[in-house]
Amino acid sequence: MIASEAAQRRGIRTGMKLSAAHALANNLCVRTRDAAAEHAALTRLAAWAGQFTPAVSLAPEALLLDIEGSLALFGDLAALLGRVHEGIEALGYRAQPAVAPTPLAAEWLARAQPGAVIADATKLASRLAPLPLGGTGLAPATIALLDNMGVRTLGDLLRLPRAGLARRLGAETVHRLDRALGRAPDPREPYVPPETFEARLPLPGAVENTEGLSFPLKRLLLELCGFLTARGAGAQAIALALHHPRAAVTEVRLALTAPTRDARHLGELYRERLARSALPEPVEALTLRVPQIFSLHARNLDFFNPRHTPAEAGAALIERLRARLGREAVQGLSPVAEHRPERAWRYAAPGAAGAEARFPPRPLWLLPEPVALEVSNDGAPQLDGPLALLPERERIESGWWDGGEIARDYCIARNDRGAQFWIFRELAGERRWWLHGVFG
Amino acid sequence: MSLETLLHRADVWRGGAAPASATGLGTALPSGFDALDAQLPGGGLPRRALTEILLPREGIGELRFLLPLLARLAREERWLAFIAPPHIPYAPALARAGVDLARVLLVHARAQNDALWATEQALRAGACGAVLAWPDRADFKALRRLQLAAETGDSLGILFRPAQAAQEATPAALRLRLEPVPDATPRLAVHILKRHGGWPAGPVTFEVRHVMDRSASPAAPARDLHARRPRS
Repeated sequence: MIASEAAQRRGIRTGMKLSAAHALANNLCVRTRDAAAEHAALTRLAAWAGQFTPAVSLAPEALLLDIEGSLALFGDLAALLGRVHEGIEALGYRAQPAVAPTPLAAEWLARAQPGAVIADATKLASRLAPLPLGGTGLAPATIALLDNMGVRTLGDLLRLPRAGLARRLGAETVHRLDRALGRAPDPREPYVPPETFEARLPLPGAVENTEGLSFPLKRLLLELCGFLTARGAGAQAIALALHHPRAAVTEVRLALTAPTRDARHLGELYRERLARSALPEPVEALTLRVPQIFSLHARNLDFFNPRHTPAEAGAALIERLRARLGREAVQGLSPVAEHRPERAWRYAAPGAAGAEARFPPRPLWLLPEPVALEVSNDGAPQLDGPLALLPERERIESGWWDGGEIARDYCIARNDRGAQFWIFRELAGERRWWLHGVFG
Repeated sequence: MSLETLLHRADVWRGGAAPASATGLGTALPSGFDALDAQLPGGGLPRRALTEILLPREGIGELRFLLPLLARLAREERWLAFIAPPHIPYAPALARAGVDLARVLLVHARAQNDALWATEQALRAGACGAVLAWPDRADFKALRRLQLAAETGDSLGILFRPAQAAQEATPAALRLRLEPVPDATPRLAVHILKRHGGWPAGPVTFEVRHVMDRSASPAAPARDLHARRPRS
């Protein structure tokens, strides 16, 4: 049994019997260790930790990072440890780290002396000597046997004659000690992260509003971005599922203009999107899923210093605007080779190169629909006063083939207050005057 | 913050210095109208700052006046953002004026706060060479945020506002009031209501020619648009 800080204040100690603990605290909350969940969490952390070194391996209750090759990349050991530590805390975990020249030594040290660092391989044996045998993976019966012989620490054990040790405890145990001390090689199979990302995060309590989701979501996004950094990749389509007690899953998808692994940017986008979403029911758990990742090889350190180029800043801006205003509110423009003025342009994806087309003179503002102009008694069009028409006329007759037929005479008009307009007169029917554009 | 840094901030106004020597503004962007540029600190609109353009009404040449500048900025690798414009910017007219449409970003905003928010985002992002915005209203505090965002994002911010806004104080680096001069060849009178390193000046009057007149070469250099001396 392991006691939380609150439980320890009530006198409950780690290793105590459950009945004794219940006697000390009548509102004791007992949780059973879930080995499968622990393993799943460790596996997810392994995928995340790949950003620090490509050589991550899973031990039964620990994660092993071979950091020898990464030190130069991160500056020094302290800087690297600081990043790992902060990163794990931001994901909502607590770690007991230790650094040693061999994987087994690091694992044992992490259990017995969290935070310890053995950088000097020649001091390995002397530094390991005080460690109790409890955390070294020896069978409990073996530990009891050795305890009876007065052997309680690794140092005690290593002082025993090697031949007797092999006879009493088996060659495997001796080999294990050799590997821990660096006398025998100890290659580990590196963890290979999956091709896609999917992570579920159960919430400690049901969350009623979308603001309450931003913190747990941040954890998932940090995990995702660690995974992406490890893979040298970015995500372009992301699906967030909100799980409710009864209602169907609410899915909030992000489609980005370019692949990214900027956790802060993704957090901003989701905050805007969630603020505009309604929850049918409280949320119990989140699942973040990225079905496909895209290589971002050229820039392998941008997790810590994202967004360098104007193009990336531009893509990020468009995504931020769309997250709040809606996709259709942010557009590019393109001319269209077409005589009818209202069809001579269209919305386009921002940045799409416009069609090459040559146009006669046009106003900078076009009204979405022509507006009928008032006329004076003698039939002259008016807008904010009488309009003076410039002599040039441009006749546009087109569209008879698709039912959008127009027949108009366009000209430029000015009123006496200095404004210029683009107006036309119908060539058929009532021959009315219309305002179609403004020379802004 | 050192005095030197302080003096180089785009929103710090140094009374008494001659306009041309107020170089703390970084690069100024010439409007292309010589008579106006001669009156502006650094010889143009202040980059990394906010410029307010006050209008009595639309349709007097307020956009045509900026076309030489916009066409030039569109050649950079950054966006020209139009935020909450009163009408649709007409793609054929922009293309004809030499503005690369692949750099134009159009943002519609329904709610008023959205327009100011989007303007600030666009200015701050560092992704826009120029941000043109038509907010319904903007108080001093909002303008101040935009001015800081323009500095951060190295953007030219241009706000189109009604002429009545001249009554209010502004944190913008430059405030111009445009006025049409109805005439046989309509001209634009530009009053400089606020500039760095100089007292209010103007009006500077010049002809913003019709986009119609430039049929020969859509991407003609800005200097082709000749400027006139002030009439006063």
